Amino acid sequence: MVTPHDAGLAVLELKGIGKEFGAIRALHGVDLRISPGEVVGLMGDNGAGKSTLVKIIAGNFPPSHGEIRFDGKPVHFGRPIDARAVGIEVVYQDLALADNLTAAANVFLGRELKRKLGPFALLDHKAMAARALELFGELRSETRPHDLVKQMSGGQRQAVAIARTRLSNAKLVMMDEPTAAISVRQVEQVLSLIHRLKEQGVAVMLISHRMPDVFAVCDRVVVMRRGEKRADKAIGDTSPEEVTSLITGAKEAA
Amino acid sequence: MATPLDSSLTFSNVGKDKWWRSGFFASQTGYVLLALVALFVVMNFASPYFLTEGNMQNVAKNFSFIAIATLGVTFVIITGGIDLSVGSVMCFSAMITSMVMTHISTPGMPGADWFVHLAPDGKTVIANMPGLILLVSVLAGLGVALVVGLVNGFCIAVLGLSPFVTTLGMLSIVRGLGYVVSNGRGSFPSGPEASYLYTLTSGVVFGMPAPFIYLVVLAVAMAVVLHHTGFGRHVFAVGGNEKAAALTGIPVVRVKIEIYVICALAAGLQGIIISGWLGSAPANMATSYELNVIAAAVIGGANLAGGIGGPLGAIVGCVLLEVIRNGLVLAQVNSYWQQTLVGVIIIAAVLVDRLRSRMA
Repeated sequence: MVTPHDAGLAVLELKGIGKEFGAIRALHGVDLRISPGEVVGLMGDNGAGKSTLVKIIAGNFPPSHGEIRFDGKPVHFGRPIDARAVGIEVVYQDLALADNLTAAANVFLGRELKRKLGPFALLDHKAMAARALELFGELRSETRPHDLVKQMSGGQRQAVAIARTRLSNAKLVMMDEPTAAISVRQVEQVLSLIHRLKEQGVAVMLISHRMPDVFAVCDRVVVMRRGEKRADKAIGDTSPEEVTSLITGAKEAA
Repeated sequence: MATPLDSSLTFSNVGKDKWWRSGFFASQTGYVLLALVALFVVMNFASPYFLTEGNMQNVAKNFSFIAIATLGVTFVIITGGIDLSVGSVMCFSAMITSMVMTHISTPGMPGADWFVHLAPDGKTVIANMPGLILLVSVLAGLGVALVVGLVNGFCIAVLGLSPFVTTLGMLSIVRGLGYVVSNGRGSFPSGPEASYLYTLTSGVVFGMPAPFIYLVVLAVAMAVVLHHTGFGRHVFAVGGNEKAAALTGIPVVRVKIEIYVICALAAGLQGIIISGWLGSAPANMATSYELNVIAAAVIGGANLAGGIGGPLGAIVGCVLLEVIRNGLVLAQVNSYWQQTLVGVIIIAAVLVDRLRSRMA
């Protein structure tokens, strides 16, 4: 179910995005479209501009040139919270979880559900646990809401981090190296989590160095090199060998 | 395109923990409480006086004298911070309270006319509604604690200074201010309402020492705040992973300032209570109490690395320290051994926790 590249309404559209840090040109003329339910792999060597691109989309800093359109409307993000408000969530490499709290507490961190008790607003533990269980169910992950995150496997921790993005009904989820430091078995779990997001119409941008993961789960692969987009191909039209040569620069563009 | 597995994920290697290996029983607070119970049993056999009502009241009163401050420090420790200034704040708040009370209770002093006037027989009479003098002086004492807490919080959360260094400096600054305002002599509450202060701090309510009642009320409030409010959840999150807390939109700076303010207020209240019991606020009052307070919090299970702690642990730690002190006196052991033993217990409590988590 490869979504046609240039048909349908894009959830995210980048036009001519560029970024300069002083005299250093980190990004130049990047165009990119992602449709709902599409999984795009973003690949490139260190320093290719992947992180800069992700940070621009996530609202960490504005682009020097170009336009970002989200859901068809031009957007300008001053802070990450602006990007989150329109429906862009980032799952960070270190997952940004509090180990000493439960899975449910982490899912709802910063947006806890409360119930009124007289003049006081108390946490609604029951509702949060129930909703978290629902989200883990949607992701088909056997994660118990009341378990502490520090006792969890890498796959379960990913599920918690991803469930957090589902809570806000994010339309675009960017995942930074989600399979970098976990076991083979857990990699499968994470890839299946990405699949669940796709099923629910969420666009996913997977930033990864691991070729097999990208080819297993992505519809499209975008290769960055020296701040420019060198390739943007449907997975079926390319091969790991071609992508590798694009990343290293053995092949200039495709 | 390869399809990832579609079946529901199951973890055959994840089981349910045994009850004694999870929750309260697996926590440091849990087994320190167990040790405390054992100590009670041993003491009961060792000394016939130990479990008498008089002695128990004594123990309850004595540990209440550091336990309220320990609740405050526990808040700070949960966020991964530390507050070394509590001892100085105790003294300074107590001193300001008794100085303000003395000032506004002395007819002829500027501003005092509003509170007292001189009766024809030469006695000082309360001019306004009773209790106002006490209220104003206690609020003044808590007010200076609030300021100290705000400064601590600002330096740590906004300027990014280390909590250890900031509060070490504040320990010295506040202690110094205490000597300055009192000229090193200390002060004692006087005037027509000093007796109210004594009643409220060293009186007996429902057969229990008043400070103990305050402690119980505050500990329950703290438990509710920590486990059933958004603020409490954020306190734990900041201690568990500050970066994550910030990324999820928790106002980390505000939370940190608030906990240092709470800690300073708890210390200030504690100081006022101690001075009511002592009948004065000497300039060297509560010197090095910060060490007892932090020791009690750590023995009770608060983790200096942040993320773990609670009111029960704080109280258990304080009780344990006091029972040992009391027990050594009853057993007629040279009381100088006390400090050495406290040190051994701090290390033992943390050591047992480490061994347990290694076995699990």
